[in-house]
Amino acid sequence: MIRLKRSLTIGLWFMFLALPLMVVRVNTLNHEIEWRWSNMIWVGVCAFAVAWMRQFALARRSARPAPAVNPAQRRSLMQRLADDAPLSRRLLIAISVLAIVFPWAVSTGQNFYHVNVMVSALIFVVLGLGLNITVGLAGLLDLGYIAFFAVGAYTYALLSKNFDLGFWTCLPLGGVIGMLFGVVLGFPILRLRGDYLAIVTLGFGSITKIVLENWDTLFGGAAGIAGIPRPELFGLVLDGREKAVYSYYIVLALVALTVFVTSRLKNSRIGRAWMALREDEIASVAMGVDMARTKLSAYALGAFWAGLVGVVFAAHNNFINPDSFTFMDSAMILAMVVLGGMGSIVGVIIAALTLKLLPEYLRAFADYRMLIFGALMVLMMIFRPQGLISDMRRKYEYGRRRRDGDGEER
Amino acid sequence: MTAAAKLLEVSGLTMDFGGLRAVDDASLTICAGEIVALIGPNGAGKTTFFNCVTGIYAPTAGDIVMHPPGAAPSRINGMKPNRITALGMARTFQNIRLFPAMTVLENVMIGRHCRTRTSIVDAIVSSRRALREERETVDKSYRLLQRVGLADVADEFSRNLPYGAQRRLEIARALATDPFLLLLDEPAAGMNPQETRELDELIVRIRAEDRLAIPLIEHDMKLVMNISDRIYVMEYGKEIAQGTPREIKENPRVIEAYLGEETHA
Amino acid sequence: MDFEYLFELLCGGVVKGSIYALIALGYTMVYGIIQLINFAHGEIYMIGAFAAFIVAGILTLSGQSGLTVLVLAAAVAVVYAAAYGYTLEKIAYRPLRKAPRLSPLISAIGASIFLMNYVQLAQTPDFLPFPELVSDFEFMAPIERYVSSVDLLILIVTTLTMVALTVLIKYTRIGKAMRATQQDAVMARLVGINVDRVISATFIIGSMLAAIAGVLIASRTGQINSAIGFMAGIKAFTAAVLGGIGNIPGAVLGGLVLGIAETLGAGYISSAYEDVFAFALLVLILILRPAGLLGKAVKQKV
Repeated sequence: MIRLKRSLTIGLWFMFLALPLMVVRVNTLNHEIEWRWSNMIWVGVCAFAVAWMRQFALARRSARPAPAVNPAQRRSLMQRLADDAPLSRRLLIAISVLAIVFPWAVSTGQNFYHVNVMVSALIFVVLGLGLNITVGLAGLLDLGYIAFFAVGAYTYALLSKNFDLGFWTCLPLGGVIGMLFGVVLGFPILRLRGDYLAIVTLGFGSITKIVLENWDTLFGGAAGIAGIPRPELFGLVLDGREKAVYSYYIVLALVALTVFVTSRLKNSRIGRAWMALREDEIASVAMGVDMARTKLSAYALGAFWAGLVGVVFAAHNNFINPDSFTFMDSAMILAMVVLGGMGSIVGVIIAALTLKLLPEYLRAFADYRMLIFGALMVLMMIFRPQGLISDMRRKYEYGRRRRDGDGEER
Repeated sequence: MTAAAKLLEVSGLTMDFGGLRAVDDASLTICAGEIVALIGPNGAGKTTFFNCVTGIYAPTAGDIVMHPPGAAPSRINGMKPNRITALGMARTFQNIRLFPAMTVLENVMIGRHCRTRTSIVDAIVSSRRALREERETVDKSYRLLQRVGLADVADEFSRNLPYGAQRRLEIARALATDPFLLLLDEPAAGMNPQETRELDELIVRIRAEDRLAIPLIEHDMKLVMNISDRIYVMEYGKEIAQGTPREIKENPRVIEAYLGEETHA
Repeated sequence: MDFEYLFELLCGGVVKGSIYALIALGYTMVYGIIQLINFAHGEIYMIGAFAAFIVAGILTLSGQSGLTVLVLAAAVAVVYAAAYGYTLEKIAYRPLRKAPRLSPLISAIGASIFLMNYVQLAQTPDFLPFPELVSDFEFMAPIERYVSSVDLLILIVTTLTMVALTVLIKYTRIGKAMRATQQDAVMARLVGINVDRVISATFIIGSMLAAIAGVLIASRTGQINSAIGFMAGIKAFTAAVLGGIGNIPGAVLGGLVLGIAETLGAGYISSAYEDVFAFALLVLILILRPAGLLGKAVKQKV
C-alpha cells in the first residue's frame, strides 16, 4: 500500500515537473499555444512504473539473504577469461580475423557506408584508449582532451596545405606536437586535484576551440579548412571505396598499436607508478615516485595518441572545422573511459564502440541519443560506478619454493 | 650511540601552521641500528615531526640533515618526499595509505620504483633491461612479503586485507625502497596484543637483518618499552624528555604529561 | 582616455557581473556544503528562463503585458527551478554521497547533458524571443546610454536578492543549519540537524537564484535558447572560484570582477574572444590561487 502511495506521489511529481516544458509549447511565429497533455500522462505513467519497480526490487533485495561467496575470492567473468591463456589467445585471433575481413564483408563497390561508420568509431576507440592512460591509469581528470585531437587534425591540415607534407610524414608529427601540447598544458596543473583539475582542463579545451573558431587567417575560423589531402598508398591517391577501406586499415593498425603500447605500459614500472599516483598521491610520492615526471608522462602519452589519430581524422574527412572538437566530444571520450572501467583496455574499447555505433544503427533513437547518453552517465555512476570491466590485475609469477614429498618448503 | 654512525640529525626543527606552532625547536639525532620511539600525548606534534623530516611539509625553521652511509651528508629541508626516499628514508603512515585497487604484491613493487630505471621506451619494447628489472622487482617484492608473512595473499587486492595485515604490508612496501632509515608511524595502532607481539619481533628482526635505524611513533607503551633503545618524549610540540626506557619511565615530567594514560601492563 | 566609453563598459560589466553573481551563489553554496561542482546548475538557470518564457508567452498571447507579467513569470520560474533543482539532487547526487569524488562529477556532467537535451527536445533547439515586458522608465532617459531600464531592474533585483540571502543565512534557523553543515556535516547530524533536508534546501535556494538570473537575462537579451546554460554555468563557476568557492560574499565579488573583466576585455581587446577571457581567468586563478580572492587554502591532513 505504501508502495502504491509513494509511486503515485512520484508519478504526480514528475507530471508537475513536465508541465511547463513538455506540455506547453508557445509558438511565437503564429502566436498560438500548443497544449500536449498526452506527454504529461506519459511522463506520469512512466515515473509511476519506474518508482514501483524500483521499490519492488529494493524490497526483494533486502528480503534475500546475503551472498555466501567471499567477495575477495569471487572472480569476474573477464578475470576468468584473462586467466585462461589459450582461450583468450584464441578469442584474440578470432577478433583480429573478423576485424581484418570486416570491410570486404560488409561493403560493395558503391556502398561502403558501414566501413566509414567503423572508421569513425575506431577513431574514437583510439581516443578512448589515449584518454585511458591519462584518466584511467593515472587518474588525471581531463575534460578538454579533445583539444589534442584538434591539434593533430589542424597540424596535418596546415602542414599539408602550406608545406605540401604528405600524410605519412605528418602522422608522427601530429603525435609529437600533440604530445608537446600535453606537456605544456600539463605542467602548470600538476598540483591540482580532482574537481579543480577537471575544470581547468575544461577551460583549456574551450579556449582551444574558441581560438580555432576565431583565428580566421590561420585556422580558417568557423568555416574550417577544406581540401585536406587523403592518405597516399605508395604515391597513389585512392578514391571511393578503396579510400574508405584504406582509412579503415590505417585506423585499425593504430588501434592495435595503442592496445599494444598501453598494455605493455600498464604492466610496467611506469604503469604501476601511474596507478599508485591515482590511488594515493601522497603515499606514492613518499614511496619514491616522482610526481611531476610521472604525471607529465601520463599527459604526454595520452595527448600523443589524440594528436596521432587527429591526423587520420583530418585525412579521412578531407575537411575539418571547430564543430568537431566540442566539450561534448571530450565528455563523450571521458564517458568511454569511465563507463568502460578506468584503466581497462577491453572495457574502453567496448564502451567506445557502443557509444559510437549504437546511435548510428539505432536511427530511430537518433534524436534521443544525447538524452540517453546523459541518463546513462548518471545511471552508471549510481549502479555500476566501477564501469564495465574493473579490477583486472595481472598475475605475476614469483619464485615459489619447491616442496618435497612431505610438503615441507625448502 | 657514541660508536655508531649518525644517520639523521634534526636540530631546532620548528613547524608553524598559520598561528599554530605544531613543532617547537625539536632536536633529535638517530644513530645506526637504533630504535628510537617518539611518544607523547595526542597532538604533541609527533606525526608533524615525521612529516617535516620526510618532506611532506617544509619546516618553518631548523635543519634536517641526512647522513647516508658512504655518502656526503645532505640537508633535506623542504626536499621533495620522493628524493628523500631515494636518499634512503622510508616511512609508514598513521592512517594506513595503501593502494587499494592494486594487489598486495604490486603495493610492494611500487617501493622498488626509485631503485629501478626502466623507462617508458624500455617498457614498450620489452628490452632485456626491462624484463630483467621486472623479474628482479617481482622477486624482491615477493621475498619481502615472505618476510612479513603475507606471501600467501600476494595476489589479493590490498583493500581486502584485514587491518593488521595492511599494516605489515605498509612496512614491506617501505622496506622495498631499500632504506637505511625506516620511520614507522603508529605501526601497532588498532592491533590486539598477539599482533603487537608479532610486530615487536618483526621490527627487531628488520633492524637486525637490514641494519636499519628505526624511529617510530607509538602509543602502545609495552611495545615502546620492550624494543626501544631510546625514547624521545614530546608535548605541545616541544621535547620534554629524552633517554633510555628506564630513565623515561621514572621521569616525573613524562608521568605528569601522561597523567590519566594507562600503561598497557 | 575615453572615459565615457570606459564608464559605459563598466556599467555593462557590473550588470553582467550581477547576473554571474546570482548564478555563482548557487555553485558556491552547493560546493561549500557537499564539495560537489553542480555541473547541471547552468541548466537549472536555463530551465528557469524557459519556464518564465512559457508563462510570459501564455500571458502575453492572452493580452496581458508589462511588469506584472514579468513578476508572475519570474514567480513560476522560481518555483519550477526549485523543483528541478530538488529533483536533480535527489536523483543524481544523493545516491552518490559516499562515492569517490569522480562519480558525482560524472553524474553531474551526465545530468547536465540530459537536462539540456530534454529541454531541446521538449521545446526546440532554436532561439525563442522573450517578450519585452519592461518599458523604458522616463527618469532613466538621460543615462539610458549607460544603464538601460532593464539594467536598472537587474541591479535592483540582484541587490535585493542578495540582501535577502544574507538575512536568510545569518538570521534564520535554516541558514544556521546550512552554515553548521558546511563546517562539519558529521557534527551537524549529531546535534540533530537533518542534513539531507539542509542539502535539499541549499539546492532549492541556489536554483531559485539561478531562475531569477535566467528571467533577468531573458528580459535583457530578449531571447532564450536551450544552450545558454552551458556557457553561463561555466562563467558563473569561474566567478565562484574567483571569489573563493564555498564563500558567499566571494561569489558576489567574483561575479562582479568577472563581469567587469570580461566587458573590458571585449571592449578594448576583442569581442570575439570574450569567452576566452573568462576561461583564461578561470585557468589562471585555479593555477595561481585556487583558494580564490576571499577563500582560505585548506591543508590536507596526512
